[in-house]
Amino acid sequence: MAVYRQQGRQMRSVEFRRERETTWKELEALIAEADKRGLRSLTAEQLARLPHLYRATLSSLSVARSISLDRALTEYLESLVGRAYFVVYGTRQALRKQLADFFAWKLPSTIRRAKWHILVATIVMLAGAVAAFQLTLGDMDYYYAFVGDMAQGRSPASSTAELRGGLYDEGSVSGSLATFAASLFSHNSRIGIMAFALGFVAGLPTLLLLFYNGLVLGGFAALYHSRGLSVDLWGWLLPHGVTELLAVILCGAAGFLLAHGLVFPGASTRMDALRERGKHAAVIVIGAVMMLFVAGLIEGIFRQTVTSVPVRYTVAGTTAAWWIFYFGYVGRRRDTRAAVAREEDAADAEVIEAQLTASAAAAKSMSMSPAGASMSMRAMRSQRGRK
Amino acid sequence: MLVQQRAEVAKLVREIVTPEGVPIRFQLARAGDRAGAFLLDMVIQIVVLIAVGWALSLAAGAHLEGSWLTAVVVVLAFLLVNFYFAFFEVRWQGTTPGKRKVGIRVIDARGGQLETSAVLARNLVRELEVWMPLRLLLAGKVVWPAAPGWAVLVAGAWTFVFMLFPLFNKDRLRIGDLIAGTRVVMQPKVMMPPDLVAEHAEVAVHRPQVRAFTFTEKQLAVYGVYELQILEGVLRQTPDNAGYFEAIRTVSDKIRTKIRHEGHIPEHDHDRFLRDFYAALRAHLEQKMLFGKRREDKFSK
Repeated sequence: MAVYRQQGRQMRSVEFRRERETTWKELEALIAEADKRGLRSLTAEQLARLPHLYRATLSSLSVARSISLDRALTEYLESLVGRAYFVVYGTRQALRKQLADFFAWKLPSTIRRAKWHILVATIVMLAGAVAAFQLTLGDMDYYYAFVGDMAQGRSPASSTAELRGGLYDEGSVSGSLATFAASLFSHNSRIGIMAFALGFVAGLPTLLLLFYNGLVLGGFAALYHSRGLSVDLWGWLLPHGVTELLAVILCGAAGFLLAHGLVFPGASTRMDALRERGKHAAVIVIGAVMMLFVAGLIEGIFRQTVTSVPVRYTVAGTTAAWWIFYFGYVGRRRDTRAAVAREEDAADAEVIEAQLTASAAAAKSMSMSPAGASMSMRAMRSQRGRK
Repeated sequence: MLVQQRAEVAKLVREIVTPEGVPIRFQLARAGDRAGAFLLDMVIQIVVLIAVGWALSLAAGAHLEGSWLTAVVVVLAFLLVNFYFAFFEVRWQGTTPGKRKVGIRVIDARGGQLETSAVLARNLVRELEVWMPLRLLLAGKVVWPAAPGWAVLVAGAWTFVFMLFPLFNKDRLRIGDLIAGTRVVMQPKVMMPPDLVAEHAEVAVHRPQVRAFTFTEKQLAVYGVYELQILEGVLRQTPDNAGYFEAIRTVSDKIRTKIRHEGHIPEHDHDRFLRDFYAALRAHLEQKMLFGKRREDKFSK
């Protein structure tokens, strides 16, 4: 009997487990609760304990790895830490703060950082528009090639009066207009998301999509221009078009951002470049989807009910001014702060990197000495391998 | 076969380093699990869509055509299809109802916080991976009435390549994971194992007349960590398992021959013998480990 008692007491791993078991059990219970009913179901006190328990268990895991040969226990701790890690480092919960953050800084700032991609997307679309405009003015048959029969009742075969009538067709605000706006929104957004996702195929389809969009626009403009209806057309198009075209360009730019990371990763690895740009691109696309929602409302409701040309141009000008202000200036101050923080981070990373290299070199020289391979050196070596 | 299975599992284990600097291992989710979770989520979406449409048509009666409600349904459908996954993965820490049911989860590949933008990125790409080819395949005739056979074929091939993409890379990455820098891993099961040594000691206390088996230094020096943990696996089987006592008997015989354990052991005491040996061997090896000597297996010095 004495021998049995002793066995348990002598073993540090058994002692260690006995001492810390309650902490692990507490963490386990908290995690189970959070997983079942969500983090919100935890009381403030429990929430405060969570990180503490997590770190304590994490340190238990480190200790267990070095002193215990109880495999099931180490595996248990690893699973527990893994589960707790999900809860502690999952996405943040405060959705409201995140949304505020998104609009006040993240969105405009990300768009500012993608300015070159936006410029390229704009140029591609303008190139399509200008080419189609010139070609169609020269020969109206091109209209059918570029626009096709998607704008019903508006073709070179229509009379000028018909075309004009189409621009001032007054409707009343009704459910069907709202439905029209909603379908426009969901259709356009889908195309926008696709333009972004197609960036993964090296961006070529994105380019074609933008160019094609330009072609349609150019062909359309040429038809109305040839009948002297330019002013009326743009008054009809721009109130929502400013927002909508900008959103399309932004989606294209997001696609280019992806393609850029994939094709020209620069100094970082392809994977790193892709993930970095992928996240930025996603932010831009979400912004664009919201813009398309606004554009859908203007197009589906406002345009059908307001026929005064000056008012139409005023609205177009106001939206343009708003987007320029929003994307150009909102959150600028925070940009500079973020840039400073990034620089500091980079400097820190450099220092850490230097230290790691030095310690790795030291470990190497030690392991080469004939003193042999003790456990601690083995640990160092495996750590180095992990880096 | 067991070894083969282990190797198969080990291939799917990925290590991340937590911000505290401690490496923890996760097992990547299997392709079947992910497909299952996806299908479950799809079924939920479809059911919700149908339910909402049905409820609205009941509520609005014959006036549904061209009413405001239709507009609401169109927008809701768009949001549901495009943001269902993102919404849940943000709110439920990388899980969706389907993922939770199956027991898998999205994490940041580097062990950092799972960012909202990453969740959005990985899910927006579904447009390319699933919806676009699906639309071409199923509704191709509507979108493009005169679609020639080759177009359908291309759409099919496209779906195939993108859907099976996770099978062709070692990290089981979907394109969305690639772009967002995320991984999908198995949710580890948390079950605190009984402490073999302490538990055994407790039981032994109630039988004071029995003396523990003792082992010499030399006998304990035969095995290493690998063998210890194999033995642990044997002892952790549930005793009501049919083959348990037979297995115990075999292992006990083998060990006694190997360490030249003298003396007879009564039939029902093989279990106790092995537990004693386990405790003694673990104490011995852990002691050595404290002094920096970890003996991996019986072949190492």
